[in-house]
Amino acid sequence: MAGFPRSIPFFTKSPIMLTIDNLHATVADKPILKGLSLTINAGEIHAIMGPNGAGKSTLGYTLGGRPGYEVTGGSVTFDGQDLLALEPHERAAAGLFLGFQYPVEIPGVSMVQFLRESLNAQRKGRGEEPLSGGAFLKLAREQAGLLKLDADMLKRPVNVGFSGGEKKRAEMVQMGILDPKLAILDETDSGLDIDALKVCGEGINAIMRRPDKAVLLITHYQRLLDYVKPDFVHVLAGGRIVRSGGADLALELEQQGYEGVLA
Amino acid sequence: MTALPTRHDEAWRYADFAALATVWPVAQQAIVVDAGESAAHTLVLTGAGTEVRDLAITLGEGAHLSLHVLNAARGYGRVAVRVALARGAQFHFGAAQVAGADHRVEIVTEVVHTAPDAISRQIVRQVMAGRATGNYLGRVVVDRGAVGTDGEQSIRAMLLDRGASANARPELEIYADDVKCAHGCAIGELDKDGLFYLASRGLPPAAAKALMLQAFLAEAFAGADDEERLTTAALAALEDLL
Repeated sequence: MAGFPRSIPFFTKSPIMLTIDNLHATVADKPILKGLSLTINAGEIHAIMGPNGAGKSTLGYTLGGRPGYEVTGGSVTFDGQDLLALEPHERAAAGLFLGFQYPVEIPGVSMVQFLRESLNAQRKGRGEEPLSGGAFLKLAREQAGLLKLDADMLKRPVNVGFSGGEKKRAEMVQMGILDPKLAILDETDSGLDIDALKVCGEGINAIMRRPDKAVLLITHYQRLLDYVKPDFVHVLAGGRIVRSGGADLALELEQQGYEGVLA
Repeated sequence: MTALPTRHDEAWRYADFAALATVWPVAQQAIVVDAGESAAHTLVLTGAGTEVRDLAITLGEGAHLSLHVLNAARGYGRVAVRVALARGAQFHFGAAQVAGADHRVEIVTEVVHTAPDAISRQIVRQVMAGRATGNYLGRVVVDRGAVGTDGEQSIRAMLLDRGASANARPELEIYADDVKCAHGCAIGELDKDGLFYLASRGLPPAAAKALMLQAFLAEAFAGADDEERLTTAALAALEDLL
């Protein structure tokens, strides 16, 4: 089994992007995460796999700060900051992007307006100048093109009337526009046909596979990992990481199932 | 001088009588749209104190009127509209009420289809915060013989705080056969999943709420001649609440 870097020599400039230490979280008073620890360095792509009910989506929502997901123990440090002390919008401004398994429909609010306001709110939070309308549209068109999403869709209300595949591609377009440091992608592959899966996978690589960025892919299946090759694969079960390995662990899981690998 | 109405008077059941007394009696404003003509009116109430408007509208045969109202009075704001529609007339009413603090805003409509084939559409959207109250009392009357009537009322309210309230009472009085009258009414709060989704993209809570509420209110002003002016004024009123 491939080694997993748990510590970095203190004299190097730390490339650590995210440190989750002994995280405990509850949903409606029910413990879901029970001592989860994970370190992600800049430049790395990690995949978290696991059976239904393992706590995969809870991990994503807890890191994103969704109301109702209560942290009862442990710590999360993101890019040197205490992530858990930040409000959800502050986490976004700090460079965290959460890709939703079920992107929410917001009737009446156009995608363009929503994304421009979001991006400029993030820029404001970081003390940067807002992006002009023209510059924003150019950026939005580029990113939509990358994900092969018709740029006219960005004029439509957020996710309303989008097919499952369009919603997921639109999530990736949002990621491209917002340009985060760390993307947590919750089952981005669910609901995608083979072609859309390839487009999304290539989009993730184009946007996020850079030395100063990192990705945490939450997935049930190996198939997305054919396009986005992870550096590390972790198995989440019972609210904690029970096994870690390289890309080959995902293949092993695919062949033997969770029960086989965890036995 | 006309006596002040009382709470027993159905159209006044939620009124703020102390405020009303300061402006009573209220002069009625008549609007007549002649047969075959089209007209558009806009009413914006955003002042402090008490503002009460009373419109009596007569639409001739085939006449069209589109009436848009923003009631964001900071005190007591009331708009009463009585409309009589002749054969084939069309009345489009789009209204938004926005209030916070302990303000009270209300819209009372009586739309009377007096002859066949007239169309009425009412869309009312309310956003209430603090301890504010928003009321809509809307009666659609279809007179005997007014066959082919097509009437619709869509009433929705968003409550932003626990102390806020909204009263909505769409009412139908139908004395003719072969008519189409629909009404829908909902009172709720902002979708929490939507708010988290917007926050996860970097929008602070107030901005996320403003964006969703702006979209909600926009339904009332869609297609208005001065949609932009109404939207801007509604947004300014929303920003005061958030």
